[in-house]
Amino acid sequence: MQTALLVLTVMLLTGIVFGFILAYANKKFAVEVNPLIHLVEDALPKGQCGACGYAGCAAYAEAVVLNPDVPPNLCVPGKGPVADVVAELTGKTAPPVEPRIAHIRCAGSMGKAVAKYQYFGVEDCVAANLLQGGQKSCIYGCLGFGTCVKNCPFGAMTLLPEGLPYVDPEKCTGCGKCETVCPKNVIEMLPLGAKVSVNCNSKDKGAVAKKNCSAACLGCGLCKKNCPHDAITIVNNLATVDHKICIEKCDNPTCIAKCPTKAIEAVVKEHVVEKVAV
Amino acid sequence: MAEYLTLFISAVIVNNFVLTRFLGLCIFFGVSKNLSASLGMGMAVTAVITLSSTLAWLVYNLVLVPLHLTFLTTVVFVVLIASFVQLLEMVTKKFTPALYNMWGIYLLLIATNCVVLGVPLINVESNFSLAKSVVHTIGAGVGFAVAITLMASLREKLILADVPKPLEGLGVAFILAGMLALSFLGFSGMIAI
Repeated sequence: MQTALLVLTVMLLTGIVFGFILAYANKKFAVEVNPLIHLVEDALPKGQCGACGYAGCAAYAEAVVLNPDVPPNLCVPGKGPVADVVAELTGKTAPPVEPRIAHIRCAGSMGKAVAKYQYFGVEDCVAANLLQGGQKSCIYGCLGFGTCVKNCPFGAMTLLPEGLPYVDPEKCTGCGKCETVCPKNVIEMLPLGAKVSVNCNSKDKGAVAKKNCSAACLGCGLCKKNCPHDAITIVNNLATVDHKICIEKCDNPTCIAKCPTKAIEAVVKEHVVEKVAV
Repeated sequence: MAEYLTLFISAVIVNNFVLTRFLGLCIFFGVSKNLSASLGMGMAVTAVITLSSTLAWLVYNLVLVPLHLTFLTTVVFVVLIASFVQLLEMVTKKFTPALYNMWGIYLLLIATNCVVLGVPLINVESNFSLAKSVVHTIGAGVGFAVAITLMASLREKLILADVPKPLEGLGVAFILAGMLALSFLGFSGMIAI
């Protein structure tokens, strides 16, 4: 009986002592966190994509609240609405964010691009790229192991059976994570509303590019000649579109008609219209 | 002096808490995916068990033994360590934010871990003096850090290996831990305490 009482007392005392110590420490050592940080963090999309240049949404929220030099419009996936909310919360002014979407500059699917060798290694573009620049003869093309697909924080990419990734325009937020992880630099961020896109990244001369891939841009310049607004230039044997001119001036893209390899194509319209309407 | 050195080395290598006593396995597998995280975890464990087992030794010898309540050791130690880790978390958060950023996420993982409870229990069971128990505890912490760092380095290499599908991830990590444990078994009998 005595032991039982003693046990009860000791356990009770231990509990009370530690309870009080912790309660006291909680008050005494409380660290004040600016409540604004939590509000800003709640407004962010929580994709943790890092497109803002910070380690994650929480890190950006802390930086934008505490540092007056950090602009409120760095969240790319959140676009305009989030930038407005963050600007309002932090009392900063937000210049508009330009909405954009990921675009794969390669159409060299399995049948079209010539293979240099058969690759049996780790299913990852970075690993494949270490081995002679990958298994395709064209060293500029998409390797098709889906490093971008694995890294997309919003699940917007899928790897098609022919070995090229597909970007779901409904889900793509334009954060640019895929652009950074791609070892071939084959992904570019297209401004939303772009009319045409060049589906090739090859800087090889026409004859070489054609030998490597039947979908390659040969750098022939036919699209350039057919563009009435001078929006297309040929840089390093590759057609490059100035989307700003293109979006502003062009209603009827004539450049795509004459392309011998269909390397320059119209961006699928209906998606773009929907996106802009939202 | 030699006695303490023997005790230390035996806790680090011969009786390594992870690889020969199999304590603390959940954090051993959970946090050994990359090297820098496992280093942080090793340091956090060493610090926490050193402080908490000293406290536990004091409570055991000054409260439980005089009152003949040694059968309560496990329960009291659990309460003691859990509250102490909470306290440590608050203190580091307040006074050394840099340390907190490095350890913070690990501290709560350790709060109810078996290696953190096991070390003070072994200390009091072996009737160590205070100095001996501190040396033994630091040894245990360093031993844990060594084990988890070795494991993390191996697992970082393992990413590039061609592992059969059914064994991917934890499966092959368990096999690896088994081999590590076998190699540490080679030290057994080197030092007898």
